[in-house]
Amino acid sequence: MTLTSVPASQPAASRPHPAAMAASPAYGEEKGGSSSLGEPEYGHDPASGGIFSSDYKRHDDLKEMLDSNKDSLKLEAMKRIVAMIARGKNASDLFPAVVKNVACKNIEVKKLVYVYLVRYAEEQQDLALLSISTFQRGLKDPNQLIRASALRVLSSIRVPIIVPIMMLAIKEAASDMSPYVRKTAAHAIPKLYSLDSDQKDQLIEVIEKLLADKTTLVAGSVVMAFEEVCPERIDLIHKNYRKLCNLLIDVEEWGQVVIINMLTRYARTQFLSPNQNQESLLEESAEKAFYGSEEEDAKDAKAEAASLAKRKPYVMDPDHRLLLRNTKPLLQSRNAAVVMAVAQLYFHLAPKAEVGVIAKALVRLLRSHSEVQYVVLQNVATMSIKRRGMFEPYLKSFYIRSTDPTQIKILKLEVLTNLANETNISTILREFQTYIRSMDKDFVAATIQAIGRCATNIGKVRDTCLNGLVQLLSNRDELVVAESVVVIKKLLQMQPAQHSEIIKHMAKLTDNIQVPMARASILWLIGEYCEHVPKIAPDVLRKMAKSFTNEEDIVKLQVINLAAKLYLTNSKQYDQNYDIRDRARFIRQLIVPTEKSGALNKYAKKLFLAQKPAPILESSFKDRDHFQLGSLSHLLNAKAVGYQELPDWPDEAPDPSVRNVEVPEWTKCTSREKRKEKVEKPFYSDSEGESGPTESADSEPESVSKESGSSSSLGSSSSGSEEEEEEEEGSSGEQSEDKEEEEKRTKRKKEGSRKAAPGSTGSPSEEEEEEGVKKAKKKALQGKKSCAETSSEEASTSESSSSGSDSGSEAEAKRRKAPPSSRAGPKEISLLDLDDFTLAPPQPVPSSSIVSTSLVTDLEGLTLTDTSLAPALLSPAFSTVRTYELLHRMAGEGLSVEYCFSRQPFPGDPHMVAVQIQISNNTDAEVKSLRVSEPKPLSGMRIQEFPEIECLAPGDTASVVMGIDFCDSTQAANFQLRTHTRHFYVSIQPPVGELMAPVFMSENEFKKEQGKLTGMSEITEKLTLPEKCQSDHAIVQQVTSAANVGRVPCGADNEYRFAAKTVTSGSLVLITLERREGTAAQLTVNSEKMVIGTMLVKDIIQALAQ
Amino acid sequence: MIHSLFLINASGDIFLEKHWKSVVSRSVCDYFFEAQERASEAENVPPVIPTPHHYLLSVYRHKIFFVAVIQSEVPPLFVIEFLHRVVDTFQDYFGVCSEVMIKDNVVVVYEVLEEMLDNGFPLATESNILKELIKPPTILRTVVNTITGSTNVGDQLPTGQLSVVPWRRTGVKYTNNEAYFDVIEEIDAIIDKSGSTITAEIQGVIDACVKLTGMPDLTLSFMNPRLLDDVSFHPCVRFKRWESERILSFIPPDGNFRLLSYHVSAQNLVAIPVYVKHNISFRDSSSLGRFEITVGPKQTMGKTVEGVMVTSQMPKGVLNMTLTPSQGTHIFDPVTKLLSWDVGKINPQKLPSLKGSVSLQAGTSKPDENPTINLQFKIQQLAISGLKVNRLDMYGEKYKPFKGIKYMTKAGKFQVRT
Repeated sequence: MTLTSVPASQPAASRPHPAAMAASPAYGEEKGGSSSLGEPEYGHDPASGGIFSSDYKRHDDLKEMLDSNKDSLKLEAMKRIVAMIARGKNASDLFPAVVKNVACKNIEVKKLVYVYLVRYAEEQQDLALLSISTFQRGLKDPNQLIRASALRVLSSIRVPIIVPIMMLAIKEAASDMSPYVRKTAAHAIPKLYSLDSDQKDQLIEVIEKLLADKTTLVAGSVVMAFEEVCPERIDLIHKNYRKLCNLLIDVEEWGQVVIINMLTRYARTQFLSPNQNQESLLEESAEKAFYGSEEEDAKDAKAEAASLAKRKPYVMDPDHRLLLRNTKPLLQSRNAAVVMAVAQLYFHLAPKAEVGVIAKALVRLLRSHSEVQYVVLQNVATMSIKRRGMFEPYLKSFYIRSTDPTQIKILKLEVLTNLANETNISTILREFQTYIRSMDKDFVAATIQAIGRCATNIGKVRDTCLNGLVQLLSNRDELVVAESVVVIKKLLQMQPAQHSEIIKHMAKLTDNIQVPMARASILWLIGEYCEHVPKIAPDVLRKMAKSFTNEEDIVKLQVINLAAKLYLTNSKQYDQNYDIRDRARFIRQLIVPTEKSGALNKYAKKLFLAQKPAPILESSFKDRDHFQLGSLSHLLNAKAVGYQELPDWPDEAPDPSVRNVEVPEWTKCTSREKRKEKVEKPFYSDSEGESGPTESADSEPESVSKESGSSSSLGSSSSGSEEEEEEEEGSSGEQSEDKEEEEKRTKRKKEGSRKAAPGSTGSPSEEEEEEGVKKAKKKALQGKKSCAETSSEEASTSESSSSGSDSGSEAEAKRRKAPPSSRAGPKEISLLDLDDFTLAPPQPVPSSSIVSTSLVTDLEGLTLTDTSLAPALLSPAFSTVRTYELLHRMAGEGLSVEYCFSRQPFPGDPHMVAVQIQISNNTDAEVKSLRVSEPKPLSGMRIQEFPEIECLAPGDTASVVMGIDFCDSTQAANFQLRTHTRHFYVSIQPPVGELMAPVFMSENEFKKEQGKLTGMSEITEKLTLPEKCQSDHAIVQQVTSAANVGRVPCGADNEYRFAAKTVTSGSLVLITLERREGTAAQLTVNSEKMVIGTMLVKDIIQALAQ
Repeated sequence: MIHSLFLINASGDIFLEKHWKSVVSRSVCDYFFEAQERASEAENVPPVIPTPHHYLLSVYRHKIFFVAVIQSEVPPLFVIEFLHRVVDTFQDYFGVCSEVMIKDNVVVVYEVLEEMLDNGFPLATESNILKELIKPPTILRTVVNTITGSTNVGDQLPTGQLSVVPWRRTGVKYTNNEAYFDVIEEIDAIIDKSGSTITAEIQGVIDACVKLTGMPDLTLSFMNPRLLDDVSFHPCVRFKRWESERILSFIPPDGNFRLLSYHVSAQNLVAIPVYVKHNISFRDSSSLGRFEITVGPKQTMGKTVEGVMVTSQMPKGVLNMTLTPSQGTHIFDPVTKLLSWDVGKINPQKLPSLKGSVSLQAGTSKPDENPTINLQFKIQQLAISGLKVNRLDMYGEKYKPFKGIKYMTKAGKFQVRT
């Protein structure tokens, strides 16, 4: 990152800024008078009272305190300023004074300045820029927490000018070695996006990168960023789907909510509906099934599944199952939002038979705060329409207490009504009876409506309900009566004939009831069924006609209707409301026979007294489930801003292989192990005849097979993951023994296959053995897990005892027995370890250095220094090392001199590069006293000459070593090569890759160091890898041949890391090669020595391109 | 996610505002005030209020409305749960969460809020981490701070967020290592007029106070874990272990925390430890009614019922009540019509009772509803479900901690209909 845009050299605070000076009085004048009234307490402050009174400008005391060099005064001032902000008072005129303190040493002052800055930066953009350099410096701090907090504040400053700086900072932080900093980077993404949506494409790149992150800390935040920036890019999820599912349980709770909601949407686009075949069949049988106990349920489901299987087998995608299985434990979360998220996931994604599990958890949430209850009940109401059986066992949990807030009561009532059926209606109605006596009249009205709905839905109780409602008509509370009338009206419409008594009773009520809706309802009823009450109707109409002018419009209309229905007309056309006048005229025209309208009035009866369909009383929660449950939109029953539609299930399942990752993603195997896997496949197919592809294609071979076997049994399928986790256990310490283990494993495999061959008497069956081997392999892969995942490991330690005697541990035991000396037999292991041991013959030197580096990393714990190790391990196989010509035969008059870099430390001076010089005498005379003379080194360069060669016989070749300290530069070292007769001017120019010596470090050290070497010290270049340079082996070989570097073990399989130190100054050179899709790759070199870095990048790219 | 937070007191003053993104004008709260007016009672204010440009999500606790402003789709429970977490954090920091307390500690409050959300997305909600970042104020520290000028902000950078057990501080040290567990069960019940149980459930929690040095790994096992029908855990509990062995295995947070909450299956019959005999009648003709209630112990397993408190909301028609209690004190508030009777301990030999007359508003007819009676009580040394902790073991540390288990049964939402 270049920081040229803002001068970073000088701390902002120490610079007097003209703008700051100019701005403050202006602001003071603007706001001084009016708002100082709101701040009387500052005048009373004893510490500042004197200053305040002497100067009329407000906040001057605070400014003075901020300018002082006492931290305690600054702190006091900042506290008061923050208190102002908290109360919503304007403190923006203090900006220049505050921003100066951004680099203050006192942490609390600093924090409060940050608070202030984030609040006001938007309003004072120019001044805010003063603070940027402080954060930029913070971004480079070796402490990850400081880096994170710098990024956090920097990205919170909403100033468009700094968008490029933010972008750069985010990109850099996204590849920080600290997961905490990466998490902060994920948080910063939506901030930047909201500031400048043009950055979307670049941000998506960062999101993509972070989505691949394997730490739980980052997962939640990056999915949040994904949801805010590019929720439509569902394709980014494919590769990370399984990882997210597996990490889910260890992600922090807020992240869980976001991930689960996103995965719900994802699953809807990628999997088939688990209920598609059952929809028609289950619709009827579901209810029955749900009433039964859970076991019956399962049986039913199985039976149905069996019968359905014949028609069209539905096999749940193993990934779909994985999601359901991994979210289920989260129903036990203490966080209501997580429970709700899982509940909605099950509701939208699970097969019907399994949805039931969420009911218990949702009912538990009803114990929580009333706001939580409110939201949960809304969702339960929607669910209970679709899946009534689910909540029926918990009916009593929805009983209403007099202390519940009204809104909760009404929602509970809704749920109770939804749950009512023929078996429980009597209990529910008894409950309702008590509710009607409540003091809360809104609630009573809602109860009456609920009774009405129960009556319509359940024919059996209709009469009972009606009678009950009629009794309510004599209630003293008008509201209750009115509500009853309305409901009765609706009920009567269903069976009018039998209820003339009720209609008569209601007709009497017209004298008392004043609520317009109720009056209108009564009138409508009388009119509609006037044939059943022939004597009363005209009476009522007469009464109503008298009071007509005083009635509400709705009542008037009904009066007219009644009149029309009674074939009477009244002069209503003088009403004030034109609508009513119109209606009256219209009806008169219609009914009173005139010459013109004769045709119509024949049909008048049909028009007015047509059979009207009975109204359907239904829940307002019907069909709300097209919104994703638990969402704001569902709650409001309206689409909220930014709501992502829950897609319908696809008809055809999209290709499930998009989720495949080359290697199981819960492991992090290094390239070495990957190579081995490739070799293993033929091994399996040879000896066992088993097809390997399934395993390599899918991350979870065991659970896959289990899934397809019994798709609906949750219990058994979960064991798959348990086993795997179990294998993790204890693997943390094995990293360093990898190599040995590998060999042991090979041997064991051999043993296993041999043992299996003669027959399986007494010993475990072939498959078991095979499985054991697989597991052991996985175990080894697990060993490579980075420490960031130790939490999940730790969580799973408990599993070990639960199923301790399975074949995995058996295999483990065997492996322990396998003698470590097995490495002695090279023939036995050649098949597998070909890559590691019998290395490609053409270039033994670089390849042997691979062996050495990997061995060194494996033996890391033994604290071997590289100087003592290197001579022993680096084979001085001279011929294959690249040699350079120092002196040509012709130019040297028969004497030819070649040199090469042996890559051994120069004995005696570790700062020198050892140059091996080979001198051949092609003349026919002896060459005597061959030596170096008159070295003309550039400044600082030193040459350690080789000892004089006394005599070189014709045809002879001598090999000597000289040391040159190149001062970490690629300048040539010039010197004379003298013989007894002549001298030759020669020069040795080192390739940049030879100016360094490998260092061996762990991945963490590497990351730590890399984190320190960012910005200018980092050089990144994109390249394409040629065909032959695709294998890990080739890449490593090419890099190590181009530069004298040591391999660093690496968790990711598409990354290669190398480290070295320059010989003279000992500066670190870190190389990262990251493979992208296809042939693309990215090379990053971090080094203080920029020149070396640049040249090295060039060299390596050249080497790889060859 | 969450844009802004406004804290509004009972009289409708916004006394604190905090913005995590661009500033949202406080005038947005007008919509909230409107809804508040319509709702008449604080608890009836809808938790979600849509406005033209924002959505207001609120919780009401300690007589304060916490109103969060959001701009786009977000699961409402996410916000509500977070707001409750904020309240819990304040309570944890200041002992009580009240307007006065928040105003007095406004800087700490602001710092805490700043750490809890980043750009509206929760960052650190674990109180152990927060306390490492910002030390809660204590009287002693306030005094020391004013003298020495030191600060509330932790001067060491917190590492809790980076650890694999984010809920626990590193480097905890105590001279007395102790771990206390309180098993507290609450009975939710509705009892009908005749004294039979309509619905009864037991909800329990295990609250822990753990003060142990280092990184202890605890396991807690029950004599009868099958009783627990539905459980929810603190994130520290290893779920798999519970699933397979019904053992709670965890590395505890430091200090007070809720380890577990559970529900005892409704199939089990719930023992109701008290009964209420009542005789309430509002006579129709005269304006005088009769009121008599007696409280007595039922299935208490030989333990004393204490802290008994009876409250009842009288109908509007009631003018006043003239009552004499056989023990304890009683108050009738003629404005809110709320009767409360602080009974205290129940002596089985001499059952407490409250008798007297009710004067009704003249002219109005008898109220047709009967008041419900809400009951509170406590029983020490008893978990009504019969749940028993078997043993507590500690691994990972060498010292011997002091362990204690306490049981208590309380009334939850315990109502008697009359």
